Amino acid sequence: MVTRKRFIAAAAAGALLLGVSACSQGSTTKQPDAGSSQSSGPAHIKIAYQQWGPGVVMKNFLTGVKTEYEAAHPGSQVEIVPVVASENDYYTKIQLMMRSPNTAPDIVYEDTFLINSDITAGYLKPLDDYIGKWDQWDQFEDTAKGAARGQDGKTYGVPDGTDTRALWYNKEIFKKAGLPADWQPKTWDDVLSAARTIKQKVPGVIPFNMYSGKPMGEASAMQGFEMLLYGTKDTLYNYDQKKWVVGSQGFKDSLNFVKTVFSEGLAPSPKDALSPNMGSKVGTELLPQQKLAIDLDGSWIYGNWLKSGAKPWPQWSTVLGQTAMPTQDGSGKGKVSLSGGWTWAIPAKSKNPDAAWDFIKTLQTQKNAAKYATDGAQIAVRKDVASDAAYKSSSASTQFFTDLVSVTVYRPALPEYPKVSNEIITAMESVMTGQSQPDAAAKNYDQAVEGIVGGKDSTTTKSTGQ
Amino acid sequence: MTTTVAPSSTAAAGTPSRRPRGAKLVKMLPLSPAIGLMLVFLAGPIIYCVYAAFTNMALTGPGAANVKFVGLDNFRKAFSSGAFTNSIWLTLVFTLISAIIGQNTLGLGLALLMRKSTKVVRNFVGTAVIGAWVLPEIVAAYLLSAFFNDDGTLNVMLHAVGLPGQDWLYGAPIIAVSLANIWRGTAFSMLVYSAALSEIPKEIEESAEMDGAGGWRRLLFVTLPMITRAVMTNLMLITLQTLSVFGLIYAMTRGGPGTKSQTLPLYMYEQAFSFSQIGYGTAIALVMLAIGAVFSLIYLRGLNSEAA
Repeated sequence: MVTRKRFIAAAAAGALLLGVSACSQGSTTKQPDAGSSQSSGPAHIKIAYQQWGPGVVMKNFLTGVKTEYEAAHPGSQVEIVPVVASENDYYTKIQLMMRSPNTAPDIVYEDTFLINSDITAGYLKPLDDYIGKWDQWDQFEDTAKGAARGQDGKTYGVPDGTDTRALWYNKEIFKKAGLPADWQPKTWDDVLSAARTIKQKVPGVIPFNMYSGKPMGEASAMQGFEMLLYGTKDTLYNYDQKKWVVGSQGFKDSLNFVKTVFSEGLAPSPKDALSPNMGSKVGTELLPQQKLAIDLDGSWIYGNWLKSGAKPWPQWSTVLGQTAMPTQDGSGKGKVSLSGGWTWAIPAKSKNPDAAWDFIKTLQTQKNAAKYATDGAQIAVRKDVASDAAYKSSSASTQFFTDLVSVTVYRPALPEYPKVSNEIITAMESVMTGQSQPDAAAKNYDQAVEGIVGGKDSTTTKSTGQ
Repeated sequence: MTTTVAPSSTAAAGTPSRRPRGAKLVKMLPLSPAIGLMLVFLAGPIIYCVYAAFTNMALTGPGAANVKFVGLDNFRKAFSSGAFTNSIWLTLVFTLISAIIGQNTLGLGLALLMRKSTKVVRNFVGTAVIGAWVLPEIVAAYLLSAFFNDDGTLNVMLHAVGLPGQDWLYGAPIIAVSLANIWRGTAFSMLVYSAALSEIPKEIEESAEMDGAGGWRRLLFVTLPMITRAVMTNLMLITLQTLSVFGLIYAMTRGGPGTKSQTLPLYMYEQAFSFSQIGYGTAIALVMLAIGAVFSLIYLRGLNSEAA
C-alpha cells in the first residue's frame, strides 16, 4: 500500500520536475543566428516592447513598420517581441534581457521615468552620433528631446509621444446625480463632494477611481499620487538644493486623500483596486460599461475605444467629459498635470545597432509618427505632427490634453526616482488597505527615501522651487 | 563514499599499492564529473548569492553598472525595516500554523485513521489527499483562490449552514494561505507517518492493549515514542518546505493586501525583482537560510537525543 503511494508520489515529483525543466527551457530566449549577421547589410533585429492586456495598437503599428522596413531592406528580418507583463514585471524582464548580449534586443521601448536609471546602469547606447546625422531631429519639441537625456548630457532615446493627465467624467451619470455637465472642480474637496453625491444618488456606480498600490506600479505613483502631491505646496524633489523632500505636509495630505476615497467607499474596493489588471479593466470595462463616474487617468485612454482599440466605443466622445485635476485648495495655477512618455532606445549590448537605428528612423518618419500619435492616442512630440490637421481633429479630447502641457510637471529625471516611486506605492497600499495611518506611512516613506539617496544629508524638508 | 580496500584500482594505475594517495585520486576520478557539476551548479550559485548579499547589486541604476561592496549595509537595512520584521513574523506564523500544527497533526491523524479503516476508505482518502499534492502548485493555488474567494465555495458553504462568511483572501489572508498550504501539503506528512506506523510491530500494541491501555494512552505512550524519529524527520522536511513556499502565496494574494501575507520569500522577490534590488534580495535569502538552519538544528538535536 505504502510503497504504491510512494511510487505515485515519486512519479508526481518527477512530473513536477519535468514541468519545471520544461518551463526553464521555454523561457530561454531563442535567437536564430542573430550573432552571424553584421551591422551593415541585411540584419536580424529584435524589438521588445510592453503589451498591455488586450491592447494591440502598438503591435499593429510595429507590424506595419516591419513590413515597410523589410521591403526597403531586402534580406533583413524584424522580430517583434511583445512582453506581456504588468508594469514592474516588464521593466524587470527587459533589464534582465539587456544584461547579456545573448538576449539583448536591438531596440527596446523605455519609459522615460526609468530611462535615467537604465542609462546609469549602462544598459543603453548613446545615440548622439546617429542623431547628429539625422535631419528629422529638429522636428522634435525641446522638452521631448530632454526626456531621454542622461546626466552625462547625451541622448539615449527617441521619444514617440508624451501624455498629460486629468479627470475623465461620465456626463450621463453626472446628470443622474444632479451634477453639472460642464464640471469644473476647483479644489480636492470639490472632487470628493461630487464623488460623495454620486455614491448617494447613483447606487451601483463606482464614484471615483485613482490608481493606487503596488500592482499598478508607476501608474499608481504618477497618475495617482503625484497628481495629488504636485497640487499641494510640496514636491518630491527640491531642484534648488538638489535634495529629495521628506516630511512634507503635502505628502501626508495626499495620503489622507487616498485614505478618504478608499475608506469612504468612493473608490473601487481596495481588493479590486489591487488587481494587476485594474488598468485595462478601467479602460475596457468600467468606463465603457458606464460603471465608473470619475476617473483620474491619462490622456491616452480613449485609444481603447477607437476602432483599432481593445474595446471600440464610439459614444465615448459625447458621454465622457474631461476636466483638469484641481490643486488641493485651488491655489497656484489651479490645475495639475504630469507628463511622461516613452522612447525607443538601443541597448548597449545590441548586436546590430546600425540596423536598429535605421528601424527607429523608419518608426519616426512623419507619416508613421502621425499614425502612432493618432492610433496610440498620444500627444505628439514632433512639431510637424502636432500641427497636422488630421492629428488635431483625431479625437474630441486631443485639444484639451494638449492645452494641459502649459501646466504640466515632469517627474524628477534622476536615477533614484524609480526606487522612490516604489516607496510611494508601498505607502499608498498600506494606507488604502487600512494597514497604516497616513502619518505612519509617510514616516516609513521618509526613512526609506533617506536610505535610498544616502542619508539625511541628501534630503530636505523644504520643497521650495520646482 | 565507503573506502573499501579495492585492489582493482592498483592495476589500473600501474603503481604499487603502497602509495594510497595516488590510488585514492584514481578512485576519485570517475566521481570528478559529478563533483565538478555539483561545484558549478550547487556551490557556485550559493557562493555567488553570499557575495551578492554584501553588494549593492541591482537590475537598474548605479548598482547595475558598478557593483560595489557595501559590507553589512543590506542586513542593517533589513533589520531596521518594518516590512522585513513584518515578513519574518508572518513567515513564522505561516510555518507554525500550516506546517508544524496543520500538516503535521493532520497527516498523523489521517495515517492513524487509515490504518484502521477498510481498504475502500483507505484508497479513497489516499487518492484524495495525494491528489492535492500531485497538482502543480499554480493549479492548486488557482483552485484555492476560487475556494476562498468572496463568492467562492467556502463562503457558499458557510452561508448554507447559516454561518457568516468573510472575504478570506482580503480579510484574513495569512489564514487563507496557511489553510491552503495545509490542504496541499498534508499528503507528505501522511505518507511519512503511514510508513513509520507500518513498522511498529503489532505485538507491542496488542500487549499494551492487554495491559489495559486505552486508545489515547496507547497513542501517547506507545505509538508516538516509537515513531519519534519519523516525527522529527517529517517536521524538519515540512518546515523547510514551508519556509520557502512562494508560488502558492504569490498566486493567491501576491503577498497582499498591503503586506498582510508577505512572507519572506515574497518580500525577497518583491525587493529583488519588482524593485530591482538584487543585493538586498539575496541578503534576505541568506537570512531565510539562517532561519531554516536554526529550525534544522533544533530538529536534529531532537533526532540525536532520541538515537542516543
